[in-house]
Amino acid sequence: MTTQSTHIPLIRSRRILVHIALSAGAFVMLYPLLWLTSSSLKPSNRIFTDTGLWVSDPQIQNYVDGWNGAALPFSVFFINSFVIAGLAVVGNLLACSLVAYAFARLNFAFKRTLFAMMMVTIMLPLHATLIPQYILFFNLGWVNTILPLVVPKFLAVDAFFIFLMIQFIRGIPRELDEAAMIDGAGPFRIYWSVILPLMTPALVTTAVFTFIWTYEDFLSPLVFLTSMENYTVPQGLRLFQASTGVSAYGPMFAMSLLSLVPLLVVFLVFQRRLINGIATTGLRG
Amino acid sequence: MPQTETLSSSVPLRDEASTPVHGKEKPVDLTRQNGAAFLFLSPWIVGFLVLTLGPIVASAYLSFTHYDLFNAPVWAGFDNYRRMFMEDGRYYAALRVTFTYVFLSVPLKLAFALAVALMLNRGLAGLGIYRAVYYLPSLLGGSVAIAIMWREIFSYDGIINRFLLMFGIDGPSWISSPRYALYTLVALAIWQFGSPMVIFLAGLKQIPQELYDAAAVDGAGAWRKFVSVTLPMLTPIIFFNFVMQLIGSFQAFTPSFIVSKGTGGPADSTLFYTLYLYEQGFTNFQMGYASAMAWVLVGIIATATAVAFLSARYWVHYGDER
Repeated sequence: MTTQSTHIPLIRSRRILVHIALSAGAFVMLYPLLWLTSSSLKPSNRIFTDTGLWVSDPQIQNYVDGWNGAALPFSVFFINSFVIAGLAVVGNLLACSLVAYAFARLNFAFKRTLFAMMMVTIMLPLHATLIPQYILFFNLGWVNTILPLVVPKFLAVDAFFIFLMIQFIRGIPRELDEAAMIDGAGPFRIYWSVILPLMTPALVTTAVFTFIWTYEDFLSPLVFLTSMENYTVPQGLRLFQASTGVSAYGPMFAMSLLSLVPLLVVFLVFQRRLINGIATTGLRG
Repeated sequence: MPQTETLSSSVPLRDEASTPVHGKEKPVDLTRQNGAAFLFLSPWIVGFLVLTLGPIVASAYLSFTHYDLFNAPVWAGFDNYRRMFMEDGRYYAALRVTFTYVFLSVPLKLAFALAVALMLNRGLAGLGIYRAVYYLPSLLGGSVAIAIMWREIFSYDGIINRFLLMFGIDGPSWISSPRYALYTLVALAIWQFGSPMVIFLAGLKQIPQELYDAAAVDGAGAWRKFVSVTLPMLTPIIFFNFVMQLIGSFQAFTPSFIVSKGTGGPADSTLFYTLYLYEQGFTNFQMGYASAMAWVLVGIIATATAVAFLSARYWVHYGDER
């Protein structure tokens, strides 16, 4: 242990080097976002000429112009996005927890087969089902409504969350169920009053990831929402690309940054939950 | 047949006190629950039949037809597949672009994720902050806003070229060069190394300290410890990350769509498979052809995953057998 004291200066200086490398890396990682922020506060004609991050005279004009930059104000797109993401969260929480409870706690015929089928759907690429789903929703008259984006969540199509919840419920002591059963509670009562309150962590993880994925999703809205009054935020942003013109850069960046704000808020509030969710279950971020 | 099970398990329940042999047996009746269970399962069963199984069968059928959504599908045999592999040059472009993207972005992303995770795993002060900052891009990276920003960062007068100019390099317009455009998307994927990094970090924490102590006793240096302890112990995590990233990368869509403004250009150099599928299905309404493309994509992903799993026995170390 005498050697350790001679090593300390070396270790300390190496530590500082690691900190410097990590901070530099962190700066590079954040630079695009900082640049986006700074650009959103500059007049469009200065974005590509004055590339410094510091803005001495920040202007919110881009936000005003951007908000009303498309044929419809961005409030429309934000409301659409929040309604869809909110309903998706409710759908996933309800449907996935019901199904997970059955798989984790109830005995029923073909349980293994059904479980295996559920697991296979986790791996299934979205594109395998997209076209027939479109045809189905088209024939139901659901295209250009939020139904194709929301109804599948109430049918537990995001099987990954079922799996996540099953794993969580398995960790809840069965004695609690049994105690409730002795008190005369049936499966639904146990699900609602015993399991659901105890699985809050899994529910929060599900809600957070469902919100992020639904809010960010671009392909499904692009396919299913065709008229502008139904557009979500990502589709609204794309309108800036369609109507080209150098002068639109500032508003486009302003709205891009604004569109990230809900994600940043979720990140700040649920940071630990997000990181634990990824670390323990391998959820893609 | 569930009926008999119910009987047999509920009989010992009656005289529980007299039978000491219920140790592992659940003392309560868990079998007669088909009705309740299927009620709980009903959302998923409907969803599975109508939104997963039905569509899979339908797309298999449609892949052998010509179908434009408005007229009834016309049986076409293998025509879509023949066209795809024999005639469609853009299909090959899409394959080439997608495979290049996957084979570059997946290993590079994992390499960055592992390297940063190793640096962070030294019990440094401020770990939480670093981890949050490095993770953030992978949370935001899939969004349209980031893709829009990326396009401008790599444009001719974007910040990348501003930076290169400091070294006297006059960079090209990366986005509009068929030679470089795809690499900007690879860079965007690498930038999002945060989520595999978080998984690596969790894996690194699971490696028992005793192994490092034992290696130190044997005189192993830092590199030797990394090669002989860290890397083998981490192979299950590397494998998991690899498979997840592989499956995800084949399905990447938003970045190429936004960065190329929906065209896959310039000169089809960013025409991702999924983008071409979207174009055929939803712009040209060639739903039969797009279904055939979807099936081939499923086949490609399944094959790649299967190869990864087969290779795993040669390099992934599970458990404590060593």
